[in-house]
Amino acid sequence: MEIRFISTLLLVIAGWSTQAQKYVAEKSTVSFYSHAVLEDIKADNAKAVSIFNQTTNDIAFSVPIAEFQFAKPLMKEHFKEKYMETEKYPTSTFQGKISGFDFNAKGIQQTKAAGKLTIHGVTRDVEIPGTIEKQGSKLLMKAKFIVKLEDYNITIPQIVWQNIAEQVEVTVDFVYKPQ
Amino acid sequence: MNKLLLLFFCLPLFAVAQEDLLKELEQDSNTTQQAFATFKGTRLVNGHTIETKAKGSLEFIFQHRFGPVNGGLYEMFGLDEAYVRLGLDYGITDNLSVSAGRNSVDKTLDGFVKYKVLHQQKGEKNFPFSITLLEGVAYKLSPKDNEEVSPDFENVDRLSYTSQLLIARKFNSNFSFQIMPSYIHTNAVDQSVTSNDQFALGMGARLKVSGSVALTAEYYYNFTKGEYYVAGTNGEKEPYYNALGFGVDIETGGHVFQLLITNGYGLTERAFITETKDNFFAGDIHFGFNVTRTFQLKENK
Repeated sequence: MEIRFISTLLLVIAGWSTQAQKYVAEKSTVSFYSHAVLEDIKADNAKAVSIFNQTTNDIAFSVPIAEFQFAKPLMKEHFKEKYMETEKYPTSTFQGKISGFDFNAKGIQQTKAAGKLTIHGVTRDVEIPGTIEKQGSKLLMKAKFIVKLEDYNITIPQIVWQNIAEQVEVTVDFVYKPQ
Repeated sequence: MNKLLLLFFCLPLFAVAQEDLLKELEQDSNTTQQAFATFKGTRLVNGHTIETKAKGSLEFIFQHRFGPVNGGLYEMFGLDEAYVRLGLDYGITDNLSVSAGRNSVDKTLDGFVKYKVLHQQKGEKNFPFSITLLEGVAYKLSPKDNEEVSPDFENVDRLSYTSQLLIARKFNSNFSFQIMPSYIHTNAVDQSVTSNDQFALGMGARLKVSGSVALTAEYYYNFTKGEYYVAGTNGEKEPYYNALGFGVDIETGGHVFQLLITNGYGLTERAFITETKDNFFAGDIHFGFNVTRTFQLKENK
């Protein structure tokens, strides 16, 4: 009986402590910006999910592509149908490790995330510079990077090349709380 | 023994820390995906698709049908003759569109309301089809004076009504299929050869051949087809035919170009579903096109 109690207690404590090492995004913004001859295109996505394991520094993102919001609905339709093919590739993901983050340090820390970025079904090894800031129990993570469309087999029809840039700037802004 | 038991309890905890973060995320984000872009345009060939305009967007539609290609070189294979419909479609909400237009065939003014009742979706919520309801009314401005038809012909006799249920399924990103049970009421017809209330079943499909190009087909089978007296003859009757059409959709940004061939030349449902006089299989084929341009009047935030 006593053993049972202790083991249950241990289970709870151990469970709590492993859980506490993990952080989940409570607020997220992934946006991209494309600057082209005829048109600047910007889209925001607030439906991305992410999880960060503070002990192992493992991090993962999953971004539902259909949730990017554009100024014009037709842009969104073209983005989903022609460029990102969301029926085939509904999400973009990142899975990797963060380096240069000291959990006990204060202020904004310059960090790097190295791992696999998957967009449009194509997976590439990338290294993304970003910052992490600890605010109370929360972690603020920010990064900005360039995605070249051709790296991910995203083709632009000749006829609209003046409207769409060959590379887009992606900004990620996440707030994590302990799980 | 007890220690072993303890260890046994703790084991899964160590395992948890090792697991794949990405898999954990994907389990959390099981959402519903709505089918989109089942068709490129709001029109398939002559008739409508389930597509409505997005909220705040205005579509200018320019539809053109030429004369029959079997007119030969003298008629420039139909190009000497042209029928036009100019129209505007506007999205009040993402599911509700209104439209108005004018077709040179019978100088017809038309207007309709299109409402997306159900969306095809999968994931957490599942539904196999998208369903749109269309209600339209058309007013013939031709002939100019009521007396030209008959002494008791009134303005109300110029009206006709269309009700359609548009049911479509996007089977995959390239292939979509639609059926269109349709009911058309025309206020005034020659009841000795045709009927006021007509029922038709339309069928249509789209096959995408590249990112911006698709092939389309549309057929309306009219269960209640009538006949008409040929003008200038002594009571000679000819049958009406079912409307058949094939097209190519080409999309370039805000434009959709639909190049097509069909045996109808009218562009309101009354005209092409109940009053198509040409027989596709006898070579009475009209070349035509629909060109649309979408303008975003209200941008999202």
